[in-house]
Amino acid sequence: MDFMILSLIKLGLVLFIFMTALAYIQWIERKVIAHVQLRVGPKRVGPHGLLQPLADVIKLITKEGMVPSHVHPVFYYLAPFVAVFFALIPISFIPFGQANVKIPFTDITTNMELTDLNIGLLLILGLSGMGVYGIALAGWASNNKYSLIGGLRSSAQMISYELPMALALVSPLLMLNTVSLRELVNGQEGFYFNVIPRWTIFLMPAPQIFSFIIFMIAGFAETNRVPFDLPEAENELVAGFHVEYASMKFAAFFMAEYANMVTVCSVATLLFLGGWHPIVVPGIGNWIPALVHIGGGAICLYHGLVQPARKWDNITLPVFGVAFIGAGLLFAIPIVQELLAPVFWFTAKLLILLFVFIWVRATLPRFRYDQLMRFAWLFMFPLALVNLLITGLLVAATTN
Amino acid sequence: MDAILFFLFATITVICAINMVLQRHPISSALSLIGVMGSLAVLYLLLGGEFIAMAQLIVYSGAIMVLFLFVIMLLNSGAEPKRSRHKILLFLGAPLLVILLGVIGYFIQGQIPAQEMVKFGSWESGPGKPAFGSPQNVGMSLFTSYLLPFEITSVLILIAILGAIVLARKEID
Amino acid sequence: MLPLPPGVPTAVPVTYYLILSAILFVIGGAGFLYRKNIITVFMSIELMLNAVNLSFVAFAYKFNKADGHIYSFFVMVVAAAEAAVGLAIILTVFKNRQTLEIDDIDSMKL
Repeated sequence: MDFMILSLIKLGLVLFIFMTALAYIQWIERKVIAHVQLRVGPKRVGPHGLLQPLADVIKLITKEGMVPSHVHPVFYYLAPFVAVFFALIPISFIPFGQANVKIPFTDITTNMELTDLNIGLLLILGLSGMGVYGIALAGWASNNKYSLIGGLRSSAQMISYELPMALALVSPLLMLNTVSLRELVNGQEGFYFNVIPRWTIFLMPAPQIFSFIIFMIAGFAETNRVPFDLPEAENELVAGFHVEYASMKFAAFFMAEYANMVTVCSVATLLFLGGWHPIVVPGIGNWIPALVHIGGGAICLYHGLVQPARKWDNITLPVFGVAFIGAGLLFAIPIVQELLAPVFWFTAKLLILLFVFIWVRATLPRFRYDQLMRFAWLFMFPLALVNLLITGLLVAATTN
Repeated sequence: MDAILFFLFATITVICAINMVLQRHPISSALSLIGVMGSLAVLYLLLGGEFIAMAQLIVYSGAIMVLFLFVIMLLNSGAEPKRSRHKILLFLGAPLLVILLGVIGYFIQGQIPAQEMVKFGSWESGPGKPAFGSPQNVGMSLFTSYLLPFEITSVLILIAILGAIVLARKEID
Repeated sequence: MLPLPPGVPTAVPVTYYLILSAILFVIGGAGFLYRKNIITVFMSIELMLNAVNLSFVAFAYKFNKADGHIYSFFVMVVAAAEAAVGLAIILTVFKNRQTLEIDDIDSMKL
């Protein structure tokens, strides 16, 4: 098939799945935080609030886009575009499955990604660094002291946390000797003693546990998430940089934040957690996707049919259960398994990291601004530097 | 395709550069400069400088310009006031700049034959042998033939950090 | 690849990149000379450095060597150091004199 048409089909698919996922991450976040705080969370719109994202999107689109009279108009309109633009572009470089996959019933082979770049990681680093302009501009263009402080904090925080982030990224690059995301993942294939996967966090001679932790912490700061959400700290700055934004312009910032989260988690998955390689040896590992889905379905069925906790559970949960079991059986078919198991593993790791983001938001309080800066410069930066030094020494000692 | 990309991004670069000089507000100038740097990164890619294009994005647009934006926002000094007494200088200076451009252009035309076309991808030399602008190749030269300048640069950066801290601290106490 | 009509050039000579670099350099010079705001003057210098970088990269293509890239890499590093110190100086000047106009900063003592 023509390369162009194939690319367009893939683009459409990825865009659709990604946009839906962005909306549903927000639903998951609200649900998880609600359950952490012993609440129920969104429940009215659709079964278990599943249509809540749709309702939110409709609300945000149809809301009146009010523009305050004192803003700098050009930059005020430009800022959300900048934020969303630089948040969405990196997704197109992220590989999420194996190369040269043959699509069943056709003779098309394709890579499970939109574009393969030999400098993919550097480009993601560069583009995500540009994302701060959206926030800084929004803060400045709103012409409001709270927004301005939010924008200032964001830019200072971004510069400070980019250093440990980049240093943490260098160590796995040193060990795997490439900057292409696909080759980085290919370098992590295999197992030690058939048990421990050769992911970068376990890879000899220098397991990168510290740089993984540093990267995740810096990722929290780069995406302005709790506990580093100083730019939008609602109890000091009202809402920080997006005080003056409403309707779709506000939604753009919201979307950019979640897209950045997905990017950070994807990079962490690809660089540290072995990308689409399974956690156990392939013989058993091929069946895990099916087992996970069937297990989830069984839990849903049990809670729906045997122990319904709430009013409509005996109708809604069995439906989900059957759907999950169906998906699990789908994963048991060898052709589908070969095609989708890597994507399943990638998505599973990505979702676990996203869950960590939400979990942290539900549990940790916000840093004070001086604590944030001190943490970056006096703790993270030296730790990343020492980690890089040790990694470099070990890599130099083991290679000739 | 190369020519279209070149002319597109060259136009963006020049428009942004002129806008940077003409805008009265520092924030507008800074944003135009970011536009210049971003499109220069694309031009570097067209010239085969993969690593340097990414360094341009990360270092220039991602760090230095954020610092500029931070300082402009921190000082928040507003737009530059209009001054009329320099008008005569404008009329005297502009021809001189055009002459400078003409001289540079004359020497460029004279020194370099115009036949040499930039072909995108002409640096690909097959698997196993990295292109001249790839991170592998640049890193190899950086840490072998240019090791001493590299080390000296690190000392320079250390001095710059110390200088910035000293300058910024002075007004606190 | 999109099909192009026959008259359109498919590639440009290295010279064009150098001319572009010269244009940018002159624009940067103009900004440096005409503008009165320290920060804008500083940004004009950055623009001139960028213009020089472009010609380094163009020459690197011409000679098919990475040396030009390394020179422009060093230019970037030096520009970063310069930006840090320069912006610290600008901050200090503004704290002491409450102005960013070059013409107003004309006395040695406060």
